Amino acid sequence: MKVASGFAAAAVLPSVVGAQMTRTPLNNMPEVIRKLVGTKAINQGKVKLGLPPLVENGHLVPLNVSVESPMSEADHVKAIHVFTERNPLPEMVSFRLGPRAGRAQVATRVRLADTQNVVAIAELSDGSFWSDSAYLIVTLAACLEELPA
Amino acid sequence: MTGVANVRLDVPATAKRGEIIDIKTLVAHTMETGFRRTHLGAPIPRDIITTFVCSYNGVEVFRAELHPSVSANPFIQFSTVATESGTLEFIWSGDNGFSATQTARIVVS
Repeated sequence: MKVASGFAAAAVLPSVVGAQMTRTPLNNMPEVIRKLVGTKAINQGKVKLGLPPLVENGHLVPLNVSVESPMSEADHVKAIHVFTERNPLPEMVSFRLGPRAGRAQVATRVRLADTQNVVAIAELSDGSFWSDSAYLIVTLAACLEELPA
Repeated sequence: MTGVANVRLDVPATAKRGEIIDIKTLVAHTMETGFRRTHLGAPIPRDIITTFVCSYNGVEVFRAELHPSVSANPFIQFSTVATESGTLEFIWSGDNGFSATQTARIVVS
């Protein structure tokens, strides 16, 4: 599984970047991805995950995903899933599209609880899975703010 | 959630047949994650939009499944092929019976 190398990098990077900070724990993202793809391989390429490398505000992070595909009846993207490593839940958003989309390109805005990797996985009509990941540094985290008592 | 949902749409009014059109949608919603607490420590229950569907003349062309990681006031951009004149219908649904529907007319020449 090629995507495993991405996870290994994730384990190394935070120890450098966030050495003095308490880190949000990892969630069960690899398990959830495994559940989605089953025994199939996750290929690198075709997918392009667009995210800013440095995020000042984790509450509102622009995210876009595009997949190289002719989007024809015979060869199209069925779904695009986005996962996060350190938000409380690994699932971020899933898009279901088909040949009528014309092009496989979607955008939304998401929350990020911490500096982490984000993974986009595209499910193609031939049953193959393709992925891309991005590492983001988040200075103001979303989701987990503690209000003073 | 009560009250009429505030929805913003960006859909071209006209298009050429076969053209790929970009659609932008935004709906007002807090997208309360369910992971936050009040200042007294009581958990704030989850209240999010879970599903967004776009239908083109009654045929579903796009769907999104949303989770608490999606920002407040969910913005979704996608595309579709302008096949014929008619109506695009956008439906958001979610927790606590939330539902919002908006339509847009498109003229295809």
